[in-house]
Amino acid sequence: MTWTSLNAWVAAPEIFLFCATCAILLLDLFVSDAKRGFTHWLSLAVLVVTGALLVRGYHAAPQYAFSHMFVADPLATLAKVGMVVGVALVLIYGRSYAADRGIFKGELYSLALFSLLGMMVMASAINLLTLYVGLELLSLSLYALVALRRDSVESTEAAMKYFVLGALASGMLLYGMSMLYGATASLNVLEISQRLMVEQSGNPLLATFGLVFVVTGIAFKLGAVPFHMWVPDVYQGAPTPITQLIGSAPKLAAFAFTIRLLAQAMEGFTPEWRSMLVVLAVLSLAIGNLTAIAQTNIKRMFAYSTISHMGFLLLGILVGNVVGYSAAFFYAVTYMLTAAAGFGVVMLLARQGFEADRLDDYKGLARTHPWFAGMLLLVMFSMAGVPVFVGFFAKLAVLKAVVDLGMVWLAVFAVAMSLIGAFYYLRVVKLMYFDEPEGAAAPLSGCMFTRVVLSLNCLALLGIGLFPNDLLLLLTNAVEFSLPI
Amino acid sequence: MTEVLFYVFAAVLLIAGLLVITAKNPVHAALYLVLSFFTAAMLWMLMKAEFLAVSLVVVYVGAVMVLFLFVVMMLDINFEELRKGFWKFVPLAALVAAIMAAEMVAILLHPAAQIPGAQLVEPPPGYSNVHELGRQIYTTYFLPFQLAAALLLVGMVAAIALTLRKRKNSKYLNPADQIKVKRNDRVRMVKMSAEAKPTFEQPKADGESQS
Repeated sequence: MTWTSLNAWVAAPEIFLFCATCAILLLDLFVSDAKRGFTHWLSLAVLVVTGALLVRGYHAAPQYAFSHMFVADPLATLAKVGMVVGVALVLIYGRSYAADRGIFKGELYSLALFSLLGMMVMASAINLLTLYVGLELLSLSLYALVALRRDSVESTEAAMKYFVLGALASGMLLYGMSMLYGATASLNVLEISQRLMVEQSGNPLLATFGLVFVVTGIAFKLGAVPFHMWVPDVYQGAPTPITQLIGSAPKLAAFAFTIRLLAQAMEGFTPEWRSMLVVLAVLSLAIGNLTAIAQTNIKRMFAYSTISHMGFLLLGILVGNVVGYSAAFFYAVTYMLTAAAGFGVVMLLARQGFEADRLDDYKGLARTHPWFAGMLLLVMFSMAGVPVFVGFFAKLAVLKAVVDLGMVWLAVFAVAMSLIGAFYYLRVVKLMYFDEPEGAAAPLSGCMFTRVVLSLNCLALLGIGLFPNDLLLLLTNAVEFSLPI
Repeated sequence: MTEVLFYVFAAVLLIAGLLVITAKNPVHAALYLVLSFFTAAMLWMLMKAEFLAVSLVVVYVGAVMVLFLFVVMMLDINFEELRKGFWKFVPLAALVAAIMAAEMVAILLHPAAQIPGAQLVEPPPGYSNVHELGRQIYTTYFLPFQLAAALLLVGMVAAIALTLRKRKNSKYLNPADQIKVKRNDRVRMVKMSAEAKPTFEQPKADGESQS
């Protein structure tokens, strides 16, 4: 074996990111707390270069590397670009919040970049072992990031819950993977599907048995009902930048992960996993939307809203064809942007000693900060799925795929649940525009750069909503090139 | 014979694992964990993966668990207090676990779930376990191996980030500062105007103040 046979160039973005993260880890030791901005800008520069390498390495045909452990196909590449953007937004929005709460440290950056590496590996892995290691790299970084505010009881509790339930989910997933290996004698995603479908040399019963555990593990990581118990506590307890990190980019990674395991490895078992995903999606849509109504904390409300959005994502995946997968991909990408913008506004209003996480904190925001009230309005409309905003087209694409499959009842149910969901999104708008502010106007945190990026992020929700076709076409092409159907 | 040994080791492993979480004394729990690691190593030994078995014993039993035992013995934590809710939920948890286990056994014992001809391949003479492991790690499994190294690095960074702190209340001396100290840093000459000699009250004669 030589370096050329490893074909390592395909993984250039990951290799660069890893080396750069190690460099940041070391360089940060020589930076005093007052000059931490250096680490901040260096990390953003690394993300820009990683993104550029990803765009440069875009090929329509899947390219394999590291003896078929790693694949760079359009689906993975686009998902990775999305993740890089997601993590960059976390770093930009979270800076002043982190600085006010004593977590503006080098570890915040190195762990966030390591979590990005984990996500990128999850998107590109084509072997069960690589998939699992990528997932663990992401999870371990996130556990530590949640606990980064060591003196906060809430954060520590959230980290503990996240860790224990995450470990349980990893155990389930590993058990399922071991059964898949037992059934097919292969760890390679494509070989598994080959042996089960074409050669018929696998053991279908054992594979289905493993599938149950794999789906359970995926549902845990996505936070789909009934495996959602960790989501609200972690969202509320984690520092808001970390909540944003958990709630945005990893959803894209989880989407790619699910596609690799269900759509590629278990391609021939679509009816089996479809019925499991239907149950997960229906429960997620119902419980996510209904419970969100009762929340008074906006981070907790976002947590339940994430659960319902994951229900929609699962709806797209369960369709089991290119249309469904690309609809789900579109949903994941746009949801990542929407969630990032939502948490961005929350962090902009937060300041030292004030979290801005109660719904009452948003009363009369339109009087005190009309521009950012308008931005949050865009986010809420997009999440609720009001037409011309991007959330509407994402939901529409998923629902169209579900109706094409003939599951009209499921689409009707999803629409009904989104209508219920619209209530709590619009309640935030009502609080902002029709209620009197509590107390005097508080200053916004964050520098001009943060505000401009946040505004652009929010306006992008409207912009993509007005012209959704280009992005949808790009993602559909990516799915078509990547999945040999 | 191998099959019998497998079931014996598997039973010991399961019981030891169960005792880890139910043992009242944390030191006992750690020792049961040692036992379960050791039995797992024996299972590997049955699969003729000697190197993995030996390294599991050396690394986990020999190094990690000994350190862990030290930590457990030094900590003054009432583990029974931490596990107050544990026994309350055991009946329900055991019921759920039993149902799940029964369902899994029902599927796995089904004839269709058996893998025919699945047996350990007899290695050719001169086969070296260590050699083959090294070759695989640095060829086929190069990427996962490197990523596992990144995972360990993240674990280390996380552990340091979560535990290292500069204590505000700890008192320590900086010898360099001690040496560099000047008289003016420690002693301050104060000009004071002369005052009358302070007068002290005479202590009372009765014994009330002594009580």
